[in-house]
Amino acid sequence: MKKAQVLSKEDVRRAVTRIAHEIVERNHGADDLVVIGIQTRGALLAERVALKIGEIEHVTVPVGILDITLYRDDFRKRLKQPLVKATKIPFDIDDKDVILVDDVLYTGRTARAALDELTDFGRPRTIQYAILVDRGHREFPIRADYVGKNVPTSRNQEVFVKIEEVDGIDEVTVEEVEDTGSEK
Amino acid sequence: MRRWRTLALKSRHLLGLEGMSKEDIELILDTATSFKEILERPIPKVPTLRGKTIVNLFFEASTRTRISFELAEKRLSADTVNFSKATSSVQKGETLKDTARNIEAMKIDMVVMRHSAPGAPHFLARCLDVPILNAGDGAHEHPTQALLDMYTLREKYGTLEGLNVVIVGDISHSRVARSDIWGLKTMGARVTVCGPSTLIPVEVDAFGVNVNYNIDEAIQDADVIYALRIQMERQTSGLLPSSREYHHRFGITQERLRPLKKRVTIMHPGPINRGVELASDVADGEHSLILDQVLNGVAVRMAVLYLLSGEEGTVE
Amino acid sequence: MSKKNGQCESLVIQGGRVIDPGSNFDEEADLFIEKGRIKEIRSRKTQKSSSRTSMPVIDATEKIVVPGLIDMHVHLREPGREDEETIVSGSEAAMAGGFTGVACMPNTEPPIDDGSVVRFVLRKAESTPIKVYPVAAITKGRQGKELTEIGDLVSAGAVAVSDDGSPLSDPEIMRRALEYTKMFDIPIISHCEDLSLTSRGVMNEGRMSTLLGLRGMPPVAEEIMVARDIALTEYTGGRLHIAHVSTARSVELIREAKRRGVRVTAEATPHHFSLNDESLRTFDTNLKMNPPLRTARDVEAIKEGLADGTIDVIASDHAPHSIEEKEVEFDAAPFGIIGLETTLGLVLTELVEPGVFDFSAAFATMTLHPAQILGVEGGRLQKGEKADVTIIDPLKKWTVAVHRFKSKSRNSPFGGRELTGKIECVIIDGVTVFRSQN
Repeated sequence: MKKAQVLSKEDVRRAVTRIAHEIVERNHGADDLVVIGIQTRGALLAERVALKIGEIEHVTVPVGILDITLYRDDFRKRLKQPLVKATKIPFDIDDKDVILVDDVLYTGRTARAALDELTDFGRPRTIQYAILVDRGHREFPIRADYVGKNVPTSRNQEVFVKIEEVDGIDEVTVEEVEDTGSEK
Repeated sequence: MRRWRTLALKSRHLLGLEGMSKEDIELILDTATSFKEILERPIPKVPTLRGKTIVNLFFEASTRTRISFELAEKRLSADTVNFSKATSSVQKGETLKDTARNIEAMKIDMVVMRHSAPGAPHFLARCLDVPILNAGDGAHEHPTQALLDMYTLREKYGTLEGLNVVIVGDISHSRVARSDIWGLKTMGARVTVCGPSTLIPVEVDAFGVNVNYNIDEAIQDADVIYALRIQMERQTSGLLPSSREYHHRFGITQERLRPLKKRVTIMHPGPINRGVELASDVADGEHSLILDQVLNGVAVRMAVLYLLSGEEGTVE
Repeated sequence: MSKKNGQCESLVIQGGRVIDPGSNFDEEADLFIEKGRIKEIRSRKTQKSSSRTSMPVIDATEKIVVPGLIDMHVHLREPGREDEETIVSGSEAAMAGGFTGVACMPNTEPPIDDGSVVRFVLRKAESTPIKVYPVAAITKGRQGKELTEIGDLVSAGAVAVSDDGSPLSDPEIMRRALEYTKMFDIPIISHCEDLSLTSRGVMNEGRMSTLLGLRGMPPVAEEIMVARDIALTEYTGGRLHIAHVSTARSVELIREAKRRGVRVTAEATPHHFSLNDESLRTFDTNLKMNPPLRTARDVEAIKEGLADGTIDVIASDHAPHSIEEKEVEFDAAPFGIIGLETTLGLVLTELVEPGVFDFSAAFATMTLHPAQILGVEGGRLQKGEKADVTIIDPLKKWTVAVHRFKSKSRNSPFGGRELTGKIECVIIDGVTVFRSQN
């Protein structure tokens, strides 16, 4: 199994910083911004993005967590149920600019589920999509507004995002895998 | 690519809590926590069971359990069909098996069943090829009630370990008592049963519970008093002289609670006979969790429906 | 197979271990049958090799040869429920189970409470080689109120009277029945159950009923009636046979009564010595019978009762029920299981193999004792007796397959169970009426 690092700890930090700057720039500040990350690693990245925006604009940006398990579209194909984790959006998202954060953008199905779920919470002014790695192979018409790094991959590769809070290290690697039938 | 931690209950069906592992109970209670959050959303509904059809087969009159299940199903976007037919267990006509097979032929995905005969859902589980969720079988089990009771207690106390629970009333005829005893014991609580000796079943120690016929002694050390509903027909069948004497001996009143050192939590599966099992001021008092039980019932049932709805035999 | 089937009524069964509990005979021997009766039993002790003969031979080497088995407690359902069993189908099942005689209970529709019904049963039984002994009802319509014409019933061929299935609640009726039957020297077969204590019960009351939330039938409901019937028997001098004893205390009561010389005998069923109420966790309606399966302790007491002779007889209480009737909720299912085709296997597997008692004592409960209690021929292998013989392979292991039963019904809890001891051959009046298929 070949394994290659595509983002180091420093690369991750720089990517988060750049994304934060781009968000602030495009939204002309951070007044109506809220950041919502997708469980688990997206939520951790969301914390960082929100902190960075706060540093730049000297404000506190609300952060929420979204668990999209219950909105997934592969329900009828599963043997076991994924563990449902917490969704915490302790603020109103009506008329807000929601920055949706995730670690990897691949087929676009997770983003689709997240968009459905978010719109059940209210009617944001905009939803913008920030991801650390875009690995291509989209199955839905979805693109990210903010991308840490584009990493061209083949389908028999897997992208592993490690985040210090849960994995002990910040790092993104690409690995060859034998089995391509694993869950997307 | 997202890696999901997937979990499944050990059984395809939820027939009872006897023998259910601590891990499985915890999985259900943890999952219920996520579902309770959904109930607080502006749109308290998720598309998870979209396209799934759930049949509520109620062979015994029930309002709250059926409504709670139906709400849980609708909050998960399942299509629901209700089949209610109050029957005496030996009524002639279409057999349970035929009824069920007919409904199954309509391509349904899950059955929630209430029946007056113990073991009826176990029987159904042998006849049908879909998950069966027991919503109460005679005096045997009522697992979702016990799960919501445990959820409610865990929410209040953080853990069930070491909790002192006194179940008061008609233990003999109570499926709630049986499921609660199994669940609470598995989760490490201590359980005492208390009631008139005619309503405590023989060899009740088989459950690993203490027995006390004196309510004042029994609740001395209690954290929780769980009052069961007294069916009025117990009087006519000679098991109980009168509801007046029952209230006098076993009814939970402020006078009874006042001398206790600990603050005692009051629970009841409903519907309450006010002035029999519980005095009104106790039922509505600040230590009563009775309405929390009702709300949590929906979340717990959503969790169970969700966990049982994974399809068997398909590849992940 | 019919009696007129022209099979030769003379034959010799060679080289088997011949066991006759009635004469304490247990030796390798050749058994000669002529004109439907036993002509001679020639021990191999005196003559080593096979006797030369021109008669047809059945080789019984390494087999056991015993008197034809008698099941004194079966329900043949005819007249009334021919969909569940008929006298013919029940007899086929009995022969497959090694029996040459069965006593059938009177809870038919109409009940056997009248000489004409006894004659009907006997006439039906003519088309089968097996010996069918009708048991008549104690009271008219099995209502527990007025005695039947017991004299007429006996003249018509009834061998005993019984309230099986609807126990006599009124002790006065029981007393009069015990007195009246003294004139005919027939036993009253009593199903001991106080119905007010078992009302709506579906299983033994105890630890398991408490766990399962099923309504219990307390053991005391049986014991009260065992005690009552023993007391009445002692008082009247009648003859009592207690059907399907199921509790430890019942065994004790019978043991004491016998010690005092009361004319009481008793029977136990295979399910009451091989299953206990723990098995009801599955809510399998084939585990629902009356009396119900009791506790493991009761099972032990039944075995002790069999071992020390307190319980005289093993009888199946063969109670056929249709699949539709049994495929329902546990509460709604009728009581009863079939047993004719599993009794022998269960006796050998559960009692003889573990050493509860030996072959001779085991077969006494299924041959000599029921014949004596009912006062019928058979039950012995002695010169001049009717040649009713059962040949058994005592070591052969087989798996119970309910779909292969000869009985019309399938309500057995023993499907899939491996048993030791299989019927090889059944001979009635010298005619081979059943041979094992392999």
